[in-house]
Amino acid sequence: MKMVNIKINNRVVSVPEGTSIINAAKEIGITIPNLCYHPDQEVKANCRVCVVEVEGARTLQASCATEVKEGMVIRTNTNRVRNARKTVIELMLANHDMNCTACKKNNQCSLQEISANLGVRESRFTNVVRDEEIDTSSPSIERNQNKCIKCGRCIQMCSEVQGLGILDYIGRSDDVEVKPAFGWYLGDVACVACGQCSVVCPVAAITEKEDIERVWEAINDPEKFVVVQTAPAVRVSLGEEFGMEPGEIVTGKLVSALRALGFDNVFDTNFTADLTIIEEGHELLQRIQDGGTLPMLTSCSPGWINFIEQYYPELLAHVSSCKSPQQMFGALAKGYYAEKIGKTPDEIFSVSIMPCTAKKYEADRDEMSVDGENPDVDVVLTTRELGKMLKQAGVDFNKLEEDEYDAPFGLSTGAAVIFGATGGVMEAALRTVYEVVTGETLESLDFKMVRGLEGIKEAEVDLAGTIVKVAVAHSLSNARKVMELIKDGKAEYAFIEIMCCPGGCIGGGGQPLGGTDELRLKRIDAIYRADKGLPLRKSHENPAVTQLYEEFLEKPLGEKSHHLLHTHYHSRKH
Amino acid sequence: MSNINTKKLLTARFGTIDPGSIKDYISSGGYSVLQKALLMNEDEIINEVKASGLKGRGGAGFPTGLKMDSVKQAEGTPKYIICNADEGEPGNFKDRLLMENDPHQIIEGMIICAYATGTRHGYIFIRGEYLKSIRIMEAALEQARVKGYLGDNILDTGFDFDIDVHTGAGSYVCGEEFALLVSIEGKSGRATYKPPFPTTCGLYDKPTQINNVETFCNIPHIIDMGGTEFSKIGTDSSKGTKLICLSGNVINPGLYEVPLGTTVRYIIDELGGGVPNNRAIKMVQLGGASGPVIPEGMLDVKLDFAEMREKDLNFGSGAIIVMDERINVLDILKRIIQFFHHESCGKCTPCREGLTQMLIILDRFIEGTASGQDLALLDVLIETMSQASICGLGQAAPTAVKKVLEYFPEEFNSRIHSMGPVTV
Repeated sequence: MKMVNIKINNRVVSVPEGTSIINAAKEIGITIPNLCYHPDQEVKANCRVCVVEVEGARTLQASCATEVKEGMVIRTNTNRVRNARKTVIELMLANHDMNCTACKKNNQCSLQEISANLGVRESRFTNVVRDEEIDTSSPSIERNQNKCIKCGRCIQMCSEVQGLGILDYIGRSDDVEVKPAFGWYLGDVACVACGQCSVVCPVAAITEKEDIERVWEAINDPEKFVVVQTAPAVRVSLGEEFGMEPGEIVTGKLVSALRALGFDNVFDTNFTADLTIIEEGHELLQRIQDGGTLPMLTSCSPGWINFIEQYYPELLAHVSSCKSPQQMFGALAKGYYAEKIGKTPDEIFSVSIMPCTAKKYEADRDEMSVDGENPDVDVVLTTRELGKMLKQAGVDFNKLEEDEYDAPFGLSTGAAVIFGATGGVMEAALRTVYEVVTGETLESLDFKMVRGLEGIKEAEVDLAGTIVKVAVAHSLSNARKVMELIKDGKAEYAFIEIMCCPGGCIGGGGQPLGGTDELRLKRIDAIYRADKGLPLRKSHENPAVTQLYEEFLEKPLGEKSHHLLHTHYHSRKH
Repeated sequence: MSNINTKKLLTARFGTIDPGSIKDYISSGGYSVLQKALLMNEDEIINEVKASGLKGRGGAGFPTGLKMDSVKQAEGTPKYIICNADEGEPGNFKDRLLMENDPHQIIEGMIICAYATGTRHGYIFIRGEYLKSIRIMEAALEQARVKGYLGDNILDTGFDFDIDVHTGAGSYVCGEEFALLVSIEGKSGRATYKPPFPTTCGLYDKPTQINNVETFCNIPHIIDMGGTEFSKIGTDSSKGTKLICLSGNVINPGLYEVPLGTTVRYIIDELGGGVPNNRAIKMVQLGGASGPVIPEGMLDVKLDFAEMREKDLNFGSGAIIVMDERINVLDILKRIIQFFHHESCGKCTPCREGLTQMLIILDRFIEGTASGQDLALLDVLIETMSQASICGLGQAAPTAVKKVLEYFPEEFNSRIHSMGPVTV
């Protein structure tokens, strides 16, 4: 690698050729403030907060967009630079709803942080914010144009990573807005509610729909028995909301925290993840044996389901009929557990903690109701919302003792934990399907070919002489490629795992902010560490699942499973 | 004197040929330079352009020979050549008249450049409102194809090259080269950062030569007379002639071609016939809406790149707008800022938000409610917009306001309602 010698604030630095000034400065401990820049996205250079002085240049240069050159002399902290940055921030604030204390992103807002760091106390300019209607039409995402700084991070996420292009710039000059086409509501366009836009929004222009109050109400309602389930990915990310390093496993603290909030039972979605493997594994084997539609596609990611229903409805027969683990849990909570503890379904209030915003939409679907009246999952909270709820309650997360989930939906295996990472559902399924089909014990449980951040991964497994090809895709731009392969008859796979979000659920739209591969890799690492650390790592070895079949469900794909654990999909093509 | 100062090079055929007739062009010597050029090698052509000292006529004044050389040297194919005919700068009409009066001169210049840089595909990006220019250029291109000056195997030399007309959709910012490029690519016209420059990473990320209409028109003359001979016209820093769009309060507004080095005063008084009724000149704007204004006392400034730069001025693409003593300076400034406010693409913060705020502040001066703080804010805005905007639009938009503050401070100071507290 060719190195380039430059001078930043009179310090000589040597960095690889092609490094941008913003990253070169980072090397020597100088953080250049920035808003539109995102390490995993194409450079946009539109916020102009990161400007620096480059000797010989007529104007200030955007440090995100300028590559270092041999001998370059850069100054990041002159009066000229500071004044320009301050003025740019003040100009943004003058077209921004500045009610920070009442803001959903108060204390989590990059604009607020940079303003504070630059010593901006007020904007000297006239506030021209237009007080536009807040778009609450989506069950998952809220769009507040009055907070938007037009940085375009959400646009790139939606078009480049998800391949959808739901959001884009509309208008020009100070009429520029970031909206769906023709200014339509988010709820009226083919948005999949994945929430990736909200993960990269530096301000509060795009946030998850907040449902915290409804949970407080239920907890404080003596008539309600409030159960909560926690998705696999939440245990490796919630710590970030409390200043922990990304990738800390906080399962035990998570359970204590939920008890501290007053939930009556704290359960684990991992239990129904194991159950999903049993049902989905048998469904796969049945399709293979009976000549059913192949490849079979996983169904646990609701953003992905929203995608196929709206963009590739002609391929819906490929999707497993299994409900997602969240909805299997909801159905069991109200259709099985309620009776077991002598309650009626409407006395149970079921909450889920998810890394996901699309789960809010999923819980809202008409099909997801055992009694046809009440939703099986009453409220979905994202990881970020749970963080807020704990702060509201004054729970000092770092000081909590570790605790254990409640029975009977608290016991789970490593196969369930890895649902949180891309490739995890596939790996969990292979662990079970292999042993069910061959009757042999797997020597190594780690199917490393399906792990990692590569967009589309493939593997072959020898099932008692039959070679089965499988594939794994994450993010919808990759999902689209796989769908095109299937349409062209070129997908020679038996089974394909698809996750809507980059990295899988650990990179979900309801996860702590950031949305970088660096974060995703740390969380993925934690997921596999959690798997390794568990005594049971195969779903079919979960004794609580076996007991559920013995006591209630009878057999995989049986009558009761059909009623409670499986669903159907329909075209929602626009 | 007047003989020298109305030297006709680019406008020599104006009115003497039918712009709809390629025959007229050929019989007046047209396309003979192309034949000459096709017998030269690429570097010889580029060297002639370098020797001529020609600088881009779109406003930035970048040496054309250097630009051609970097496109030729750049890796990546196909290469593109683009004629920027998106003439949207208020006060300018020279490109329109070049297209309407002598379309083949542009085409010949483009073919020679394409040959020299190894380019096989060109575009003329014409302002959408220029319907007559579009029609004339399209007809001229078709005639050139029929005659074998465009298309495959041009004049049996084995060189293939063709040009398409691409029309703008009414956005001023598409005259900015990056916005122009993305517009051809079918995206909405928004500026982007540079480097890389179009010469290495232009249309569809390929090496691209973009030049103004007038720049291309100079090429046949340079090859015809030779770069050294061409460089005898003008001054040390500024070679050749310049088309001037003279408008405003003058007796004879219109298009003039003068050697570089001519003074602004000469153009207004001798060519334009001065101001009607001998009124005094209040100020003159150079280049167009994005250019500087100067007071009467500075009219002896020459159209010379070096002298202009020394005085922190520029003559842009050649508009000279004369405003006599009757004008309301702040009203003019408001109209200028309203124009840029309307045309900003809205991508970067300083331009998008800065123009909105500048209008608000100007209004306070016009209404007489401004304070000393507003004067300070204007300075801050001018500095931030010109230093931190992503493209030339935002950087140049406050130029007129800046120059009025410099040369006519009383226009603002006399309208300050109260000094108030000032914080900077």
